[in-house]
Amino acid sequence: MQKAHARRKSTHWGPYLKDNWQLYVMLLVPVAFVIIFKYAAYPGLRIAFMNYKPAKGYAGSDWVGMQIFEKIFKDKDFLRALKNSLVFNFLDLLVGFPVPIILALLLNELRFQRYKKLSQTILYLPHFLSWVIIASVALNLFKPQTGLVNILMMNAGWIDQGVPFLTEKWHWAVTYLLIGVWQNMGWGSIIYLAAITGISPDLYEAATIDGAGRLRKIWNVTLPCIRGTMVTLLIMNLGRVMGSNFERLDSFGNVQVKEFQYQLAIYIYEKGLAGGNFSRATAVGLFQSLVGLLLVLTSDRVSKALGEDGLL
Amino acid sequence: MSTAAPAEKKASLFKGVNRVRVSDFVIAFVILILSLTCIIPFLHIAAKSISSNTAVLSKRVYLLPVDINFEAYNSIFRDGQLTHSMLYTIWMTFLFTAIGMVITILAAYPLARRELKGRALFAFILMFTMYFSAGLIPEYLLYKDLRLLNTMWVLVLPLSFSPYNMLIMRSFIRSTIPDSLYEAANLDGADHFQILFRIVLPLSKPILATLALFYAVGRWNAYADAKYYITTKALQPLQYLLSNMVLNSGQDAISLSEAAAQESTPEVLQAAVVMFATIPIMLVYPFVQKYFVQGTMIGAVKG
Repeated sequence: MQKAHARRKSTHWGPYLKDNWQLYVMLLVPVAFVIIFKYAAYPGLRIAFMNYKPAKGYAGSDWVGMQIFEKIFKDKDFLRALKNSLVFNFLDLLVGFPVPIILALLLNELRFQRYKKLSQTILYLPHFLSWVIIASVALNLFKPQTGLVNILMMNAGWIDQGVPFLTEKWHWAVTYLLIGVWQNMGWGSIIYLAAITGISPDLYEAATIDGAGRLRKIWNVTLPCIRGTMVTLLIMNLGRVMGSNFERLDSFGNVQVKEFQYQLAIYIYEKGLAGGNFSRATAVGLFQSLVGLLLVLTSDRVSKALGEDGLL
Repeated sequence: MSTAAPAEKKASLFKGVNRVRVSDFVIAFVILILSLTCIIPFLHIAAKSISSNTAVLSKRVYLLPVDINFEAYNSIFRDGQLTHSMLYTIWMTFLFTAIGMVITILAAYPLARRELKGRALFAFILMFTMYFSAGLIPEYLLYKDLRLLNTMWVLVLPLSFSPYNMLIMRSFIRSTIPDSLYEAANLDGADHFQILFRIVLPLSKPILATLALFYAVGRWNAYADAKYYITTKALQPLQYLLSNMVLNSGQDAISLSEAAAQESTPEVLQAAVVMFATIPIMLVYPFVQKYFVQGTMIGAVKG
């Protein structure tokens, strides 16, 4: 930073550009790219304030001010989608946040090195599979009649009828959340393992001399040392509670669980692209983006105020 | 004599083992259970896919195949739809990755140089869309205006620049290439393109591999955009086809497809379809995994 300031004072644009014009030529490509494929979509946001008819286009549709927004906030479907998105994202965070930390602590305590490497490789695998594959796997395990888990439980005599893991909304909610945790646990642990690697061995040695056992050391050395990482990630994730992952919801969706599966991404797709109600879907998307942006900015502030790294 | 501190354990492969305690086995056991949850489901599906219909329908297949036969795979190859889609998806993923890498490099190098005036502005322009997207419908209308709908290019172009990957590359360049190297190159009269191609890129090979894999795996797995923008069957990528074949797109109930499975699409065939789409990832995964971990670590340090 200081260097940059010092240089700025003595800028002579002629010689500067003569040396560095190529940097701007390079940047032209990515900048043009985001303008054409991303920024050019922003003007389309105006249909959230119009009664947009796809057949008539922008010019033929009427401006209606905030009417669409007034409508969506009275729309039961939207309110349900909003509630589901918030509840499920919050639950995702509640259930999913501690697991990678615990896994990282366990992996770090694991003393058989080859076994550790191998299990890490295996645990990272679900992160690389698409939601379609994960949902297909889930079907093979959890279908009421033919799923492996149900077959095994029936053979063991624990249940008479298959458990509707994926076809009854409450069972679905639990299955959906746990599969989310499972998919992310290994990969999520990497960042904590990296933080743990950075802890000075002196701290552990000092703790050992003080007579601390394994649990004591985890509690008094490891956890305090990765606190920063935990706080940053927690805040980052809080900033995302408005988002929803279309592919995950779509892959696990079916008629019986619609009530819970109906979240913002599904609402936008079904009302908008499938249902042709472009204005309403755009308004919901805009609302989602704005709240999301606000949350990210807030979490960045909070993170910095706490003395941790910001996100931006 | 003292127990090795956890941080030191990495160095010693068997040193700690002479002081193995019960807790070591408890931990190893928990990890074993978790690892098994990542393997057993796939073993089960693989076994199903090479078992006979009757064995699967009578629920006799667990982790080992019963009455081994490859009928299901035969019919996949005979049908040709999935094989065509796989070749198409490979080509599309390749284009996507190549374009994404070019754009990422052309953004990351200038932004990594302290000389660049207006760095903050350019970084903002490139990253803003990550935090505030126009949303599905405006983007759909834009791609319609650009005549991209129902072409392969709608899958290749819009997503092929990831600001996140650009950030990873920028921090990598910043942290690995010292200013003195640039100064030396300047003294030799090298311009920025020469510095990029002769110095920065050769020194960035590990991160280039990592990011190429990030792009490729991301593209390979994604199907939402295909569902949004593509109706022509021949242009649908493998994952979307899979979702239509196995999950029925979430339109029909699972129990329905289960009933149908016994008539028209046997369970075995579905299992084979899932394996067909999973095996390519499983094959490359062990070799590329370490690059991924590296990339995430750099991303975690952040620029």
